[in-house]
Amino acid sequence: MSEFASKKAKRVSDVPQSGIRRFFDLANSREDVISLGVGEPDFPTPWHVREACIYSLERGHTYYTSNYGLYELRELLSQSYRKRYKLDYSPEDEILITTGVSEAFDIAMRAIVDVGDEVLIPEPCYVSYAPCVRFAEGNPVYIPLSQVDFKLRYEDISSKTTEKTKALVLSYPNNPTGAIMRRGELEEIADAVVEHDLLVISDEVYSELTYTTKHTCFSELNGMKERTIILNGFSKSHSMTGLRIGYALAPYDVIEAMMTVHQYSMLCAPITAQMGAIEALKNGWESVESMKREYDRRRRLTLSRLRNMGLPCFEAEGAFYAFPSVKETGMSSKEFEERLFKDKGVVVVAGETFGPSGEGHIRCSYANSMEKLREAFDRMEEFLSRV
Amino acid sequence: MSTLDDATNVEINILEILENNGKATPDEISEVVGVPTEKVREIIGELERNGVIRKYKASIDWSKLDGYVYAIIEVKVALEREKGYDHIAERISRFPEVVSVRLISGDHDLSLTVRGKSMKDVAFFVADKIATLPQVVGTSTHFVLKTYKEDGVYMGEEPKDSRLKITF
Repeated sequence: MSEFASKKAKRVSDVPQSGIRRFFDLANSREDVISLGVGEPDFPTPWHVREACIYSLERGHTYYTSNYGLYELRELLSQSYRKRYKLDYSPEDEILITTGVSEAFDIAMRAIVDVGDEVLIPEPCYVSYAPCVRFAEGNPVYIPLSQVDFKLRYEDISSKTTEKTKALVLSYPNNPTGAIMRRGELEEIADAVVEHDLLVISDEVYSELTYTTKHTCFSELNGMKERTIILNGFSKSHSMTGLRIGYALAPYDVIEAMMTVHQYSMLCAPITAQMGAIEALKNGWESVESMKREYDRRRRLTLSRLRNMGLPCFEAEGAFYAFPSVKETGMSSKEFEERLFKDKGVVVVAGETFGPSGEGHIRCSYANSMEKLREAFDRMEEFLSRV
Repeated sequence: MSTLDDATNVEINILEILENNGKATPDEISEVVGVPTEKVREIIGELERNGVIRKYKASIDWSKLDGYVYAIIEVKVALEREKGYDHIAERISRFPEVVSVRLISGDHDLSLTVRGKSMKDVAFFVADKIATLPQVVGTSTHFVLKTYKEDGVYMGEEPKDSRLKITF
């Protein structure tokens, strides 16, 4: 035990180490592995975006930008939200460019959560939300979602709200389930939000990847803009994960609070990535559409293959995940994950990784080529025929 | 935003799949497009009859076998009365050695791709069969040294998938 062990901050030791690390090392050590465990696009960043980054480096754009981010980028985002969602966010003080949605979520928590404040987090969900609430010394309160469709409902919120509840995290299209919520369903949530006087942090990073209907931005709903922080980024829509570029849209006083944390911790998002994002917004929509069409084909393949091999799977309508149930195999999701990997070299992620209500399910990412997907499903089918 | 449920979009979807993989079977296509196999067969049949799908072919890197030599031939043409470019272009297109024929803007009129077993083969073909056509005023032959990209297919090594195997 090192000297440090006894000196580690409580806010860190309170957050359990992810059990997936061992599995992670194992998966990376094998060559014959097909991974459906990847939470990022397999498409390379569109060439015109990479080219814009190279050009900006050539021209020597390697300095700090405004803490808010490049004005041109904020202006383009403002235009884009006006055009697509009829929402007005001022590029002056209602938009903040961040180092990915991850940073945006972290500083949003630090900007609004006081010691002991409760933040509602519907689960299964992305793994960072609860730890970030803890780092801000608040208390994450999980809302278990119905395993039928993994959508959030009015009653779910009311039953978990106390006088300490400050905010609700929304995350649709959802990672890990692929669920989306339609406007009418979100309106119900908006009612609960008003009733309990909550702030909303809506992580919409998969907004471009909905296959059956257009995405509804939570701020579009009546009365929601003034109490919502929209988080989004370029990672999933434009395949720009490693460039780390995201943004927050919110009322100016919220942005100002987030700015206070951001300017003293991150200072600004990397300029090269900001330059790439400008190009993506100006000329990138065609590549987004073409990637989306390919994801949609893979989605249909994935759902049909999973169902045909006897894993019930609700209709995932967004992101690039399917979330089938493995209950009928008699295995826990962790057991399924480990045995499938050991026997067949196929990586999926156990649903419980994303919260207790994920138990009994596995996350299958279809951000992989058709060829690899088919091979993975063949191997899974063989695996299932022997258990 | 595009929704893929109307007929035209299904057609485009099928064409995109076949353009990328001519070997895709109706069963495979049905699974990813969400239309029954029979319907996929019907749509493809229609697209073939209408001449939208011209042919199914493989994208081959012949340089791996030292199989063929390619040259791009720029052809200057004297136009014939009432016949325009179509007549001479069609005549040139009939030669099996000629892989593509395009009418282009700029200094020359037609741009051909010619394939032969050797440089000599190609050179003599151009000299004997193309340059001697009465409407051809001049030719200029450019041999292809290396093909980097053909029909949208990059011929070099694609970088391998270097994403981490598990990310959330």
